[in-house]
Amino acid sequence: MLQVSGLTTRYGEISALRNASLHVGSGEVVGLIGPNGAGKSTLLNSLAGLLEPSEGTVTFDGEDVTGNSPERLLRMGLALVPEHRRIFADLSVEENLRIGGITVPAGRRQPLLDEMAEQFPVLRDKWTMSAGYLSGGEAQQLAIARALMSEPRLLMMDEPSLGLAPVMVDVVFELIASLRDRGRTMLVVEQNATRMLDMADRAYVVRSGAIVAEGTGAELRDGDRLFETFLGN
Amino acid sequence: MAELLQNLIDGLGRGSIYALLALGVAVIFGVMHLLNFAHGELITVSGYVAFWALGAGWSWYLVVPLIVLVSVTTSLVIERLAFSRVRGADDFTLLLTSFGVHFVVSAIFLLYVSASVKTFSRPGWVTDTFAVGSLRIEVFDTVVIGVTVLALIGTSVLLQRTMFGLALRAAAADFDTARLMGVRSDSVIRGAFALSGALAGIAGIFWLMRAGATQPTAGVNPMLKGVLAALIGGLGSLRGAVLGGLVLGMAEVLLRSRLPDSVASLTEGVVFLLIALLFIFRPQGLVAVAHAERV
Repeated sequence: MLQVSGLTTRYGEISALRNASLHVGSGEVVGLIGPNGAGKSTLLNSLAGLLEPSEGTVTFDGEDVTGNSPERLLRMGLALVPEHRRIFADLSVEENLRIGGITVPAGRRQPLLDEMAEQFPVLRDKWTMSAGYLSGGEAQQLAIARALMSEPRLLMMDEPSLGLAPVMVDVVFELIASLRDRGRTMLVVEQNATRMLDMADRAYVVRSGAIVAEGTGAELRDGDRLFETFLGN
Repeated sequence: MAELLQNLIDGLGRGSIYALLALGVAVIFGVMHLLNFAHGELITVSGYVAFWALGAGWSWYLVVPLIVLVSVTTSLVIERLAFSRVRGADDFTLLLTSFGVHFVVSAIFLLYVSASVKTFSRPGWVTDTFAVGSLRIEVFDTVVIGVTVLALIGTSVLLQRTMFGLALRAAAADFDTARLMGVRSDSVIRGAFALSGALAGIAGIFWLMRAGATQPTAGVNPMLKGVLAALIGGLGSLRGAVLGGLVLGMAEVLLRSRLPDSVASLTEGVVFLLIALLFIFRPQGLVAVAHAERV
């Protein structure tokens, strides 16, 4: 479904991401793990169109989408739940979801809203409230629900558990697991490496702007490889 | 008491026009972080079109929709020719670009039309008044206030009840995230310029009806009022912009009638002084906006 090869993204002179290659197959859950500042978010933001890669190619369903705008990528079925959630605090919960569904046909929007209300009871209870009043965990659920409103074929998430209370971390991981069980294709950036490895079919380890390892959860956890990856050799 | 009431009505009339201008400035600032110093040029261009149309024998009834049309079109053309090229640039670049547009537009009229003031006939009812008790109320003020209320209701419905309005509010809060949701930056920015142009058009109708004249620098004054009112209200806040416009209009009218004759001609200066004081004590303006950080 998603094929990335030799992707390099620079901020000015600095390459935040060098020569990254990865792929995500239909129905797969793929994790991107690695220490802070490794370039994981840069990678996702490049794939979502927020950053323009300077080298390399991204193909989605066989089509070259390198350097496409976020609004075009979303229409192709590629959605990103951004880091720090970035919900629209001044808009109501419902309006946040409506915006998420701006690309679906008008007639499809209401059924989707009903679906979200059912799937996320915490959101239904605060439906007309400003989203700024939500707790971190609720806001994260809203951010994910908002992305689901576009009926994406590939859902990318950037640090969904970041800054949440432990109990909310559990809720978010359960949510990801339930999405996985329903066959949703996902590419998830997480700092919480062990939990991500439990969840994902495969994962890539990112360090210092490069992908340094790839494998299934079991392979990556095997021995001291994960430990080495995080701390360097 | 009667005099105060008189002032309030006059101030509301004047402030309504400022509110429409400020709202246009705030809408653009919201989506683009552009403080549009070229906003008044919409009135300059509309003024010349009104001058030509009225000169060709058109009635004001036709000129009124024409002005709105011209203002919207001009706003979109300026976006296309100038602002679309600096989209995403830093605030200072945007600011300088808008100054550039302002000077270019007035220079075009200066070079290719004339430096002199062009006058045109005003509708007869502009100076009509009617009496309510001891008050003399201008027909013009009541029309301005009424139309402004309608325009604000229309804008509010557009922003609150339509998908475009929702997209505009989302984009104003966090442009990148709105794009991640599929909001097309082109549509939302052009839509904002069209809305801003329509509001300036409505304000322009009244501005020109009252002035009965235009000249290459005709945009300076409406631009200053619109930008100042938006700043007073708290940049980026649409409610604040409307409030800022009303406050500015009211302040001008009250000062002009209350200041001793010897300093009444300094009203503008006193208004600026008050604005400076406001910013010392409340730099965020009357209505503060919490903006999502731009990363």
